[in-house]
Amino acid sequence: MQQLIRIKIRRQDSPRSPSYWDEFEIPYKPQMNVISSLMAICREPVNVRGEKVTPVVWECNCLEEVCGACTMVINGHVRQACSALIDQLDQPITLEPMTKFPVVRDLMVDRSKMFDTLKKVHAWVEIDGSHNMGPGPRQDPNQSLKAYQYSRCMTCGCCCEACPQFNSHSTFMGAFAFGQVNLFNSHPTGKFNAHERLDAVMGMGGLTDCGNAQNCFRACPKSIPLTDAIAELGMDSTKRAIKKIFIG
Amino acid sequence: MGSVCGDERVGVDDIEGVFMTQPKIAIVGGGLAGLMAAIKVCEEGCPVEIFSIVPVRRSHSVCAQGGINASVNTKGEGDSPQVHFYETVKGGDFLANQELPKQMCEAAPHIVHLFDRMGVRFNRTPEGNLDFRRFGGTLFHRTAFAGSTTGQQLLYALDEQVRKFEAQGLVKKYEGWLFLSAVIDDEGVCRGMIAQNLKTMEVRSFREDAVILATGGLGMIYGKSTNSVICTGDAAASVYQQGAVYANGEFVQIHPTSIPGEDKYRLISEAARGEGGRVWVPRDGKPWYFLEEWYPKYGNLVPRDIASRALWKVVHELKLGVDGEEKVYLDLSHIDARELDRKLEGILEIYEKFAGDDPRKVPMKVYPSIHYTMGGLWIDNAHMTNIPGLLAAGECDYQYHGANRLGANSLLSSVYGGMVAGPSALKYAKGLKKNADSSPGVVFDRELQRQTELHEKIKAMDGSENPMKLYDELGDVMTKNVAIVRHNKDLEATDKKILEIMDRWKNIGVRDRSDWANEELIFVRQFWHMLELARVITLGALARNESRGSHYKPEFPNRDDANWLKTTKAAWTKSGPKLGYEPVDLKYLKPELRNYA
Repeated sequence: MQQLIRIKIRRQDSPRSPSYWDEFEIPYKPQMNVISSLMAICREPVNVRGEKVTPVVWECNCLEEVCGACTMVINGHVRQACSALIDQLDQPITLEPMTKFPVVRDLMVDRSKMFDTLKKVHAWVEIDGSHNMGPGPRQDPNQSLKAYQYSRCMTCGCCCEACPQFNSHSTFMGAFAFGQVNLFNSHPTGKFNAHERLDAVMGMGGLTDCGNAQNCFRACPKSIPLTDAIAELGMDSTKRAIKKIFIG
Repeated sequence: MGSVCGDERVGVDDIEGVFMTQPKIAIVGGGLAGLMAAIKVCEEGCPVEIFSIVPVRRSHSVCAQGGINASVNTKGEGDSPQVHFYETVKGGDFLANQELPKQMCEAAPHIVHLFDRMGVRFNRTPEGNLDFRRFGGTLFHRTAFAGSTTGQQLLYALDEQVRKFEAQGLVKKYEGWLFLSAVIDDEGVCRGMIAQNLKTMEVRSFREDAVILATGGLGMIYGKSTNSVICTGDAAASVYQQGAVYANGEFVQIHPTSIPGEDKYRLISEAARGEGGRVWVPRDGKPWYFLEEWYPKYGNLVPRDIASRALWKVVHELKLGVDGEEKVYLDLSHIDARELDRKLEGILEIYEKFAGDDPRKVPMKVYPSIHYTMGGLWIDNAHMTNIPGLLAAGECDYQYHGANRLGANSLLSSVYGGMVAGPSALKYAKGLKKNADSSPGVVFDRELQRQTELHEKIKAMDGSENPMKLYDELGDVMTKNVAIVRHNKDLEATDKKILEIMDRWKNIGVRDRSDWANEELIFVRQFWHMLELARVITLGALARNESRGSHYKPEFPNRDDANWLKTTKAAWTKSGPKLGYEPVDLKYLKPELRNYA
């Protein structure tokens, strides 16, 4: 008899409608992941009760854990669906949308809040223009390698989902933002605007709202040292606060 | 307009004001080409609207791993933009028009420096300069890299610069919108576009003075490829059906090294070989490094078309695939693990996560996969298609790479294409006697109606064909017959099969008729577009009786410059693509024998 995979999906037809569970069984193949399982479900969307249902809606793009799109809660843990291999998951596998962002439909959520946050913290290096200005500044290769870790953040939202402080009622911006501020503030020319970014994370929803649960670092699929960033920014912002009091 | 943040808070009225007095430029696609074009337009003080299926930061450019080429000659090897240009044209088997590649190679050092200034964390030398590594088709260290996630880093840099312009009110993003078609007036001029909101399913028309398509490649036509799921080629296919010429469709790059999977083929970058990775299969109980034996000068770094054919030969003709399967070894295990982590961490991680083995310790098992679209929308040297007001840049255009693209030239051509297309669109729009706002409303209404009707028609489809299973049939036949090795009788059979699928498409039954975030309706629409381009690829290949770059026919094993040194131009007709040809611009370099042995 053919081996089957049992998958339980929390579904929701629209942002305001109630959620419900749908369960599916699909034939097992070696090396399957959650995305290829969802694709198999969509080929023949019939649930275990034999009802024909609409194909499941989810977000995905690169399927190699570099775009961040397919983030969802799998067996209770937030992660990317593409790199969640079936052989490593207990069954029935439960798939749920992230809980900290508004659900659009089924497993698809709206994470535009994260991109808005990147605007608030000025997550860019100021350049004079894209015309030919010659080489950039020389950089210490060791320092650059350290910063590279932060530049792999794919705005997936795992750190936000895992954080007890981050939710739809709070203004807390989420740990990814601190990683990005640290990245730009450590750049040889990016640091010219470090004060603007520091001011942004010293305001409402910033560093002081962090409860130090340290879930962000553990949830990050790229092992970005977010807690280090928070600690370093904490020191930098204290210095800035003192400077503001005495120098203005 | 989304929320406007930053120090310089701009009210909605002010933004509308800016949009009214300036030319209206729309950019479709938020990958490297689209974002670079946007930056160039914004730097002129002109606002842009960016349309993208996904949040632009998740565009397919993130998947590029190995690096970006620029002849900076930091290693003192005597490299120069002239050599880069020569090797690009030779790598493309002399099919590329030469003006744009020459300009691109000359601009390349500036482009890499620009990204460095934008904050991309490139790998650096002990002295703190940019480090460069080797890639295929060259003997020089010419590829700047940020670990093995270079595409991601470059995309983020442009995304960040565009976000700055967004905060200033110059960029308006339509993320989660699908381009459906161009709006073309009675004089054949593009006056705007139709797009659909992927949540609300609203179909809306947009008045634009110029539209730049930067919508990427079409790997999804082959079912499984190294491409992201949004790479269907649908935007290019849509305007092709509206009269835009599609050029060199038959040239599709197959990357030699990827991890075959159920859902996609995951790329293992050429950088692995650039850093010393060796390809082998067991023969008589010993490793046989066949690329090094067959091509002693370039070894494992022959261009991709040549490497892919060699792997195919070893597996299918010599029957030496690992464990008798479609696999060969790509071996990094002889290289110091710390060195690997510093330069290739991203791909090591992909292999570990998806294949379950540690490539620092055991050789990776890989096989070729569909990877890149050299063909694309026909454009002139200003990146304008044959439809005035409609431009194309990036993988969706056909320039730069000829019959085969060199590794690490794709990030470069996307960025350079955007650098040309942005200012070109602006110049065109400023020179218009009549702008889009003064075009008669009927021009927009009729296209809006056409697209709305198509949406309703798809929603009402209640036939017996399962769209996903039908799509599998397209991918299977394209992968089997229109990939590394092509035979005319198989290509004829493939076109017949595509026609059959087109017929059965009309008998699809959709299972989701809702008006909210309905992915199935979108897929059915895109599927038709994929079928149209599948015919362009297949018939272009059938006609071209020679072997050149990625296009290989055992019946015609040699390049035939006398008859086929020409660009294929496919024009849409009701009965299928009509193929025409035009000479290649050879103004700088004369074709010569392409030899890497």
